[in-house]
Amino acid sequence: MILQDIAYFFVDPDLLQRYGWRMLAGLWVTAKLVAIAFTLGMLLATVLALGRLSSNPLLRHASGFYIYCLRGSPLLAQLFLLYYGLGSFREFWQDVGLWWLFRDAWYCTLLAFTLNTAAYQAEILRGSFIAIGEGQREAARALGLRPWVTFVKIIMPQSLMVAIGPLGNELILMIKASAIASLVTLYDLMGVTKLGFSRSFDFQIYLWAAVLYLLIVETLRRVLRRLDARLSRHLHDH
Amino acid sequence: MLEHLALLSLAEGGWGLALLAGALMTLALALACLPIGVPLGLALALAERSRYRLLRSFATLFGTVFRGLPELLTLLIIYYGCQIAMQKLLSAAGHPQAVSINAFAAAMVAFGLVFAAFSAQVWLAAFKTIGKGQYEGAAALGLSRRITFMRVLLPQLTRVALPGLSNNWLSLLKDTSLVSTISLVDLMRQTNLAVSATKEPLFFYGVACLVYLLFSALSGRALAFLERYYSRHLRSVR
Repeated sequence: MILQDIAYFFVDPDLLQRYGWRMLAGLWVTAKLVAIAFTLGMLLATVLALGRLSSNPLLRHASGFYIYCLRGSPLLAQLFLLYYGLGSFREFWQDVGLWWLFRDAWYCTLLAFTLNTAAYQAEILRGSFIAIGEGQREAARALGLRPWVTFVKIIMPQSLMVAIGPLGNELILMIKASAIASLVTLYDLMGVTKLGFSRSFDFQIYLWAAVLYLLIVETLRRVLRRLDARLSRHLHDH
Repeated sequence: MLEHLALLSLAEGGWGLALLAGALMTLALALACLPIGVPLGLALALAERSRYRLLRSFATLFGTVFRGLPELLTLLIIYYGCQIAMQKLLSAAGHPQAVSINAFAAAMVAFGLVFAAFSAQVWLAAFKTIGKGQYEGAAALGLSRRITFMRVLLPQLTRVALPGLSNNWLSLLKDTSLVSTISLVDLMRQTNLAVSATKEPLFFYGVACLVYLLFSALSGRALAFLERYYSRHLRSVR
């Protein structure tokens, strides 16, 4: 009997029936949010990293300034700035035809996360581009390869190998940071959890969320470690 | 523009004083986490290197949990969890009543634990840079274990760990913005209040971002000074 009490304390079947599926739906929202923002962020980050390394001082300073600002302030403030701040210019956005973006919490969050992760990823990519020796570039030029081909076929594959570890860490940080989406009315995993708690006042729902987040982050961490070892297997002696 | 600046005035009717108080609260909270976070982080790193398996597993578990959970979830779990636990304890003791715990204390503990989990990794990495010769040298001089740690290892560890700890500090500073959700009146909360009173979201969230940027920049300066101070023996004489 006592054992059953303890089991009920952690997993109440009624509560599980009411919120179990909803939490999985919330998890799906979290996954979509992070996946899309991270991918779009990587594209923007590549541009920013190249800008930061460009010989044009204007480009260099502009991307440096962008990265500095977005890394220096909290994601929460940036999200509110976008959603409440820019979202308050209704007429303007309607005129420009972008009101669908700033009206919707989902798109705003996606935009804020993309812009934020791009700044962090840009620094990672910049570091990994620098890590490729100058000899690689010189050899490519000696072979008469065009700059674009050099970048895509020679620099990128090698630098991605350097970047994959830090990028994985950034992905994990992104998953954790995505809990903030619940503060602008999105029902991601955290949002569903807060809703469930405010209705049932049962604390165990927070513990379920904790277990789910830990499960994802830990699985991801292990997969990334495997991947990292596999990508750099030619660098290790046996 | 000018009427916007008037909103920031320190006098009656301006939000300057309120925002300043909020900013001080943010700073105070972040600083208050350090006395928990730094020693606990170091202790966790020592536990991870200990020869007792129990200590090692505890440190690993602690690190996995508090590095894997979203900071927002950690904060809510500690805030509500402590409240519910206190209530249960009191009603078990025969004094059923509603308990509300101090939001500042809850946030201090939550962020202190997160800081400890992340900084333990930094200390661990720092330990790897200390050669075997240091231990042997200290043993040859007949130094006690305590003196070896305090006078030989710790100064070197601090120097190596400082850049990593600065990163942890900067993320801590930004994470404190989450306490606005448990109604502690920090910079973010004060900004929310100002926005709902004046309907000027873009301006006030912009100001909040700038204040966080300023804090990041200032602490970056201070930490760079500290790093120079701790590696002053490595500078060449000019």
